[in-house]
Amino acid sequence: MSQISNTLKVAMPKGRIYKQASKLFREAGLPIPSDFDDTRKLVIELPEMDMEFIMAKPVDVPTYVEYGVADIGIVGKDVLMEENKDVFELLDLGIAKCRMSVIGLPDWEPSIHPRVATKYPNVASQYFRERGQQVEVIKLNGSIELAPLIGLADRIVDMVETGQTLKENGLVEMETIFGITSRLIANRVSYRMKNAKIQSLCDLLQEAIAAKQV
Amino acid sequence: MSKPKVFEKPIGVKDYLPHAVTRLRQVESRVLACMGGWGYEQIMTPTIEYYDTVGVASSTSDQKLFKLLNNRGTTLVLRSEMTSPIARVASSLLKEVDHPLRLSYHSNVFRAIEEEAGREAEFFQTGVELIGDASPEADAEVVALAVASLQAAGVDRFKIAIGHVGFLNGLFEETLSGRGEAQEELKSCLLRRDYVGYRDELRRLELSEPLKRELEGILRLRGGQEVCDQALELSGSEIARASIRHLCEIWDVLEAYGVSEHVLIDLTMIGDFSYYTGMTFEGYAADLGFPVASGGRYDNLLSQFGRPAPATGFALKTTRILDLVRTGSQEPQRILIGYDASSRERALQEARRYREQGDVVVTEKVEDWESWLPAAASERPVQYKGKAYATVVSVRSNQVQGGTLA
Repeated sequence: MSQISNTLKVAMPKGRIYKQASKLFREAGLPIPSDFDDTRKLVIELPEMDMEFIMAKPVDVPTYVEYGVADIGIVGKDVLMEENKDVFELLDLGIAKCRMSVIGLPDWEPSIHPRVATKYPNVASQYFRERGQQVEVIKLNGSIELAPLIGLADRIVDMVETGQTLKENGLVEMETIFGITSRLIANRVSYRMKNAKIQSLCDLLQEAIAAKQV
Repeated sequence: MSKPKVFEKPIGVKDYLPHAVTRLRQVESRVLACMGGWGYEQIMTPTIEYYDTVGVASSTSDQKLFKLLNNRGTTLVLRSEMTSPIARVASSLLKEVDHPLRLSYHSNVFRAIEEEAGREAEFFQTGVELIGDASPEADAEVVALAVASLQAAGVDRFKIAIGHVGFLNGLFEETLSGRGEAQEELKSCLLRRDYVGYRDELRRLELSEPLKRELEGILRLRGGQEVCDQALELSGSEIARASIRHLCEIWDVLEAYGVSEHVLIDLTMIGDFSYYTGMTFEGYAADLGFPVASGGRYDNLLSQFGRPAPATGFALKTTRILDLVRTGSQEPQRILIGYDASSRERALQEARRYREQGDVVVTEKVEDWESWLPAAASERPVQYKGKAYATVVSVRSNQVQGGTLA
């Protein structure tokens, strides 16, 4: 059970997204010290903004927010689609742009028992189910590109940013499933109990995002 | 699946040990007493109902219902909430009773297990239904009683958000008339709390710039009574305006109850459209990630049982608030009485005398006084066999030690 406080607890994804997110926060006028970008601390207090960053593994961000141990969080749409948690999706931050795609070898042909390897089994199953294709989805935890190369699966579903890894491994992007950017999410209760604070943060971020698009 | 191990139980159900039961009963009795004070009388209904009656009428989605077959092959459900069973009773056994009916309940309800956080397969709800009154006065009574119930349960910091399904229905019907699919999509985004999807959908619809801004603006419509005025400016639709006026009146009544500080209006807060017909609300407690109460008006439910009537109500998610509530400290004092065979009768009468005073008494036959530890202990309370005793009384042949003999 969390402590009684009005400090806004923010679940931040460690790694790739964090740097872009903290940059966006700074552009929105929120003074996040840049030395946090490489910190190993798990909880960072930002008393001057009455905020607290919880440094989380990206796929766990929606879980922290759903349980309310973090009031808000920043997370990729890929994770939101896969985890399917009951949270508010408040804002498209427009950062960490990439896409979820079906990938295979250039000479791919439909087989009788198609297998798809992925880190996103829910996304993959739903996508193929909606298209009336029966595939066996194999959950892997990393190096997904390996699967078609060594014959574990004939296709994979994965996130594509630049496509460089695919090219180097002789793979091609066959279909795009959906576009991905990072989102600001909020807990159902926090969104109501700390609404003023969350709304003003939203407004600042929205301005910063709009300024970038012009 | 393999055979379960002996200590296992089905996923999602819980044992309640004495300290948890004590607290659950405290909350239950305080809340039911509070509801009783507002004229709500307690009702009990069966744990199992027919799928085709209560199961189908229930707001719980089909895949979340626990279904079973009886010996005739008829499908039964474990009750998933209390509103539909009460609607059934109100339309049958209580058919001849004048409206309004004020009924309360404290019940365990069942949901087939879900992946979502904070959900259990069996949990307790404490709630009320007010049947036969369509006025804003009735809606406000139910919201004010929800506030009083949370306070009675011992929840200190909480907020109630109220909305009205008529506002969005009216607004969308007015601004997107004839585009049913777009309306459904927008509502479904709001129901999923997906504001990004909602904005994307507005962009896709290629609306005029002012209309787009207006529909985006509703995402910010929350706060006190001023929200009603803003909403009235937004919509010319008669349904939407009537809904807002209804909300305004509820607000006025809540001010008269003196509870409006706990309430905020949130017009994006929508419950299930197929079930709720008017005002809907949810209660949130600080320091708990999930809603602690939910309710609203459901004017179509009773007609499914053959006696159409407007109705409104709410349920407290009692199991969830157990961790939040203050506990009563007036535990009765525990007394341990030890006795030997020749003094049994005196000892047991002594125990009865203490119990009549309201004390908790545990008795034990002592075989060997020399090694009976409680008698020798100098500290109070005495710790003995995992329990603490404020007083130890030894009743042995011709003498009583540690207590007074009547």
